[in-house]
Amino acid sequence: MHLVAVRGVSKVFANGIQALDSASLDIGQGEFLSVLGPSGCGKSTLLRLIAGLTPPSAGTIEWPKGKPDLGFVFQEPTLMPWATALANVELPLKLRGVARHEREARAAEALGHVGLAGFERSHPRELSGGMKMRVSIARALVTGPKLLLMDEPFAALDEITRRRLNTDLLELWQRTRFTAVFVTHSVFESVFLSQRIAVMSARPGRVLSELAIPAPYPRTEAFGTSADYAALCRLASGRLAEAMATEGAAA
Amino acid sequence: MSARIVAPVVMGLLMLAVWEAVVRVAEIPPYVLPSPLVVARTLVDDWGMLAPALWVTLKITLEALAAAVIVGVLLAVLFSLSRWVELSFFPYAIILQVTPIVAIAPLIIAWANDVDLSLLICAWLVAFFPILSNTILGLRSVDHNLLALFELYGAGRWRTLIHLRLPAALPYFLGGLRISGGLALIGAVVAEFVAGTGGNASGLAYRILEAGYQLRIPRMFAALVLISAAGIAIYLLLSLLSHLLLRRWHESAIGEDL
Repeated sequence: MHLVAVRGVSKVFANGIQALDSASLDIGQGEFLSVLGPSGCGKSTLLRLIAGLTPPSAGTIEWPKGKPDLGFVFQEPTLMPWATALANVELPLKLRGVARHEREARAAEALGHVGLAGFERSHPRELSGGMKMRVSIARALVTGPKLLLMDEPFAALDEITRRRLNTDLLELWQRTRFTAVFVTHSVFESVFLSQRIAVMSARPGRVLSELAIPAPYPRTEAFGTSADYAALCRLASGRLAEAMATEGAAA
Repeated sequence: MSARIVAPVVMGLLMLAVWEAVVRVAEIPPYVLPSPLVVARTLVDDWGMLAPALWVTLKITLEALAAAVIVGVLLAVLFSLSRWVELSFFPYAIILQVTPIVAIAPLIIAWANDVDLSLLICAWLVAFFPILSNTILGLRSVDHNLLALFELYGAGRWRTLIHLRLPAALPYFLGGLRISGGLALIGAVVAEFVAGTGGNASGLAYRILEAGYQLRIPRMFAALVLISAAGIAIYLLLSLLSHLLLRRWHESAIGEDL
């Protein structure tokens, strides 16, 4: 059974722009799914719809097992600049009324999991871009969500930081097996991370094809330089090119 | 840091020396332009009369500023919670702000029977708008993704206000507060000028008027020095407050030592 089923979902914004046109997508429990598409294809909108941050104009989003706890990681770290790293990670627990003692312990643990033990008392401005993103991930994971939605979280980071965060994210996923939906416009990132890629086209935004990435985990740097990886990237690039050609035909 | 203090102090002393020299060399009489030393001596000699006047003016200023903070922040929060309240009331706040205080002061003095109260209302009217408009701006300048995050975790309006909007608005509020501090003093002085002709107030502005009638120009200067000093002190105190509250996180206060 699926964790969430997106069925023919459309989204038209108040200004008349159609971000999604009957997009459908099934997301299985515990899987790592990437949503790949050119910019402006409604990937972010799809994620916000799944999170319930905005209602669909048409279609439904079904939760066969009930809507689980979910975490959201934005493209920017989106931290509160006045609060320490610990207080930022504590936030979801605080808003749920968890007692201070417990939430401090859990937040410190979550920071430890993303490799930021010792930075509890730092303010966001004292941290590097990659570290801020780690805080953001720790905050999304602190409630122990079943579903983690990520909206191009590493797009603004440099290549080296990005690779390390990709590896660390996979490690976290293998350890706790949350369901991950990772939006990206990078073919390489989507192939490296996910079990399955949903390729989207733009104008109108819809899920055009799906592609399985059968490579086993753990995926390391070695996988990233293998011939298998290169072949899969070529395949995914082809699908993305098809998606973009559809867009040209529509326009 | 030292240059920031030394440079203006040296400049000030130099200007005072030139002023003193010009007055002596040109033999300008004190009732036209008193020399700095004469002003200083008057300040000491008339301290018994000027100190209580300074206190009266300062008291009105601080009370008006406190009232401006309370009303300004409360209104800003109210406006941020309800679009309709804001649409209905904000234009009137602007009208209050753009009407010259000198023009409405007589009316306020006539309406409020108590002189102190009317002075307070005048000073408050001048001081509250920067706090209101800055705080509204701050409450609105919240990162949209952070708002989405609060929504995701089911925080209601109230907790979003306490944990997100108010802290995000703090730098803006403090900016408004610094402007309002100076304006409260100006409002208090202007109101005293208007009310002072009635003969009841005894703040610094009234002392200036009185000294003017009596052609005691050095005393006018001494009172003026006190008003400026009070304004500078208020500004420095509010800057210090702002620095202490923001130094850990806000760009405006980072790498800057008072």
